[in-house]
Amino acid sequence: MSEAIVDVKGLTVEFSGPPPVRAVGGVDLTLAPGEVLALLGESGSGKSVTLRALMRLLPKRAAIGGTIRVDARDVRQMGAAELSAYRGSTVAMVFQEPGLALDPVYSVGDQIAEAVVRHEGASWAQGRARALALFERVRIPSAARRLDNYPHEMSGGMRQRAMIALALSCRPKVLLADEPTTALDATVQIQILLLLRELQRELGLAVIFVTHDIGVATEIADRIAVMYAGRIVETGACRAVIRACAHPYTQGLLASRAGQAFERGGRLQAIPGAPPDLSRLMPGCAFAPRCAKVRDACRSGLPDEIPVGPGHVARCILLEKAPLARLSSV
Amino acid sequence: MAVLSDIRIDAVAPLPARASRGYWGSVLRRLMRDPVAMVAAGVILAIVLAAVFAPFVAPGDPYKGAMLRRLRPIGDALYWLGSDELGRDMLTRLIYGGRLSLFMGVLPVACAFVIGSTLGVFAGYVGGWVNMVVMRVIDVFYAFPSVLLAIALSGALGAGITNAVVSLTIVFIPPITRVAESVTTQIRTRDYVEAAQVSGAGAFTIIRVHVLGNVLGPIFVYATSLISVSMILASGLSFLGLGSKPPEPEWGLMLNTLRTAIYVQPAVAALPGAMIFITSISFNLLSDGLRSAMEVRS
Amino acid sequence: MSAVEASGVAPERDRGGPAQPLLSVKGLVKHFGGRRDWSGQRRGMVRAVDGVDLEIFKGETLGIVGESGCGKSTTARLVMQIIRPDRGEILFDGEAVGSPALGLRDYRREVQMVFQDSYASLNPRLTVEHTVAFGPWVHGEGRQAAVARAHDLLQRVGLAPERFAGRYPHELSGGQRQRVNIARALALQPRLLILDEAVSALDKSVEAQVLNLLLDLKAEFGLTYMFISHDLNVVRFMSDRVMVMYLGKAVEVGPSDVILKSPRHPYTAALLASMPSMDPDNRTREAPLFGDPPNPIDPPPGCRFHTRCKFAAPVCSAREPGLGAEAAHRVACHLADPSSGHPGAVAA
Repeated sequence: MSEAIVDVKGLTVEFSGPPPVRAVGGVDLTLAPGEVLALLGESGSGKSVTLRALMRLLPKRAAIGGTIRVDARDVRQMGAAELSAYRGSTVAMVFQEPGLALDPVYSVGDQIAEAVVRHEGASWAQGRARALALFERVRIPSAARRLDNYPHEMSGGMRQRAMIALALSCRPKVLLADEPTTALDATVQIQILLLLRELQRELGLAVIFVTHDIGVATEIADRIAVMYAGRIVETGACRAVIRACAHPYTQGLLASRAGQAFERGGRLQAIPGAPPDLSRLMPGCAFAPRCAKVRDACRSGLPDEIPVGPGHVARCILLEKAPLARLSSV
Repeated sequence: MAVLSDIRIDAVAPLPARASRGYWGSVLRRLMRDPVAMVAAGVILAIVLAAVFAPFVAPGDPYKGAMLRRLRPIGDALYWLGSDELGRDMLTRLIYGGRLSLFMGVLPVACAFVIGSTLGVFAGYVGGWVNMVVMRVIDVFYAFPSVLLAIALSGALGAGITNAVVSLTIVFIPPITRVAESVTTQIRTRDYVEAAQVSGAGAFTIIRVHVLGNVLGPIFVYATSLISVSMILASGLSFLGLGSKPPEPEWGLMLNTLRTAIYVQPAVAALPGAMIFITSISFNLLSDGLRSAMEVRS
Repeated sequence: MSAVEASGVAPERDRGGPAQPLLSVKGLVKHFGGRRDWSGQRRGMVRAVDGVDLEIFKGETLGIVGESGCGKSTTARLVMQIIRPDRGEILFDGEAVGSPALGLRDYRREVQMVFQDSYASLNPRLTVEHTVAFGPWVHGEGRQAAVARAHDLLQRVGLAPERFAGRYPHELSGGQRQRVNIARALALQPRLLILDEAVSALDKSVEAQVLNLLLDLKAEFGLTYMFISHDLNVVRFMSDRVMVMYLGKAVEVGPSDVILKSPRHPYTAALLASMPSMDPDNRTREAPLFGDPPNPIDPPPGCRFHTRCKFAAPVCSAREPGLGAEAAHRVACHLADPSSGHPGAVAA
């Protein structure tokens, strides 16, 4: 099996106060080349912070712990020059608001060309040519004309395509997508999702896709990692997590959304309570205050990762088999 | 009536155990954690207290001079900060001078705050052509450099402290009105103001309950940053003979009368300027700290 | 004791009886901006709402769906009379809004609105109880009585008054703030509640709680809802009837089960097909529509959807289809109208 292209162990991110906030409290994740991993979670789950840590895009007051290895290089040890080369040519990011991530005073074609020139030392003409090719790849109509458009002259969906083109301009190996379709209309969202899937397959990209929408994760992911309060509570193949989810939080999310099974006149199975305050985390499982199946043991210690199926793990003590059986399986 | 358990458990979400302080309570708390702002506040407090309790704090008489002991240097046995050109104790005059200088720094800004806020909030809330008329008239005054305007108005009204205060008030009304109008215009479009209109409330009620509370804060912070400007302008007016008159102790006036002593005792001649500088910068730093404390959203 | 009596909504507030729609809107038009060119015509205006008719019957929930630029939020604001319509009439329980029989202030007691941004719609300087008590106080209730009513409402939306009444908005979570907004809207005892994307900004786990709450309150107070959302699942769950809007016009209206299971307008079908699949083995293969929703400035001639429609025919750009006769399920599409001249239209 080929080596994982992204290997994160024990990642912690703490923002200094007051009060200090533990945004990410021990995350392990691996990504194989050509694989799509969806980081699923609500607000405050730490998914965006995890993503930004991979590119070291966090502010100075964020203290990062753990190891982050991307393409066999240690990201935390990189110097400024190496980091600058790393961002864009190894790892690229697509943001939620393309209007904010694209520079408003330069045309999109120029921005892409500039990235190519800086990273690969090509000439300006070559940069523009690559920009044109990319625009056609991301299906922007009248690509040649659109190269000279400014971001504000483009519609939301087109801006997001331009953003994707910019991210792909220096042939990265890993694409990080931070809720790229959340701000888009439904008919545009599905177009962008299909485009990303197509490009990912064609270019063999490894993708980490952050989202809060289970439907989006289902459409795009090979594997899903569910995050809650700064920790990953369940990881597994997409089919396994959606069809046979093990963690009570994932079960609650699926039951409360229920997609096609929304019956009128009935009630939704809501998860009670609200996501926790990250500056005031209790010991033990962070989901305990809201869990319907909570036991006393849940509050005393963090549950380990318990295997539930092939490649499918979840952090819940309820999944532990009898101690005797565990011993024998070890 | 169905109050189901899932709704009840929502209250489980952790809330602070102590009673919540209001907005200004939390602003005060944040301000107290800012070391620079606290030092500045301390300096201002010291100067204000010294000015208020001047008869008890000052070593001598601000008006009593002795020509034989004029222009003594700093550190002199009798006069700790030296004596001025008429032999009066500098330390005493500086302490007493705080009274007039602070008065002429704070009062015009306070008056301008009241008048300017009223005008600005009214123009900002009503909008339309009323807004345009008010703001363009304000712009006419705003176009003049403040020093020039102050001098011109003082010259027209005549010298004297009251007239100086009046002219400075007029100088400061336009900038405060501008800030008030712009903040009110922003607040006016907020959803909660819309919700209040949807509740059927009249304009005055909405302004009183919803707009003022959110608008006066930023205007106040802006106004405090004008205090230092006002002090300097007042000192300038006194320096030019348009404000207070001798023998009143006032820092700007003292700078004027000590001009002739610059080559004899430069340190003593610079002292009133140093006081103006220290007080202005303290007000500015405090105002900056206040702005940061108010900006942070919980 | 019936729900109506229990809630304190006096039966005599009902003027027209159950057959009369609670809200009836005809020909609503609102254009923004634009400049006058040399001939005096206004050009380049945003035709946000361009001739919308709708009806909401007593006790039902009408869902309004559409994408950005379709005019659903503007429609809500026009019904709420936050902005004045350019043309059109609004009848509430048979009375025209603004007429002597129903002044604007009285209308405000009948119709209220819950906004999308739970944080921006609460005054950060007011405590929760004062925010909720503001409406009744403005309409003449004494301060104490208004606060007492506020406490009662907070209790009913699931926020215990002894813990929440003295809180400020920044101390509450998104779901709790939205409950405060709902309590505030109910404080004036309206009969119609407009929910403009009221759950869109909430986390999914909290969204379900608030939706349950809205259903409970509707039953308890005998309310009628106008539920605006871009999320088809939520709309299907909440609504009895659904209206689909596109570029300032209604394109399909009908019972929610029917519309969302067998839509007759190509746009509605495309919207449904655009929802991400929940089945990992059965992912979406092709996007139903290409490109972004067009700009409401200078919309396409004829049927506004014809530029993106798979079934477009020459008649579609020539003539604009009407919403159809008084039937339960109305569609504005030439395909559905046998007399339209569209080659695909099925003969009656």
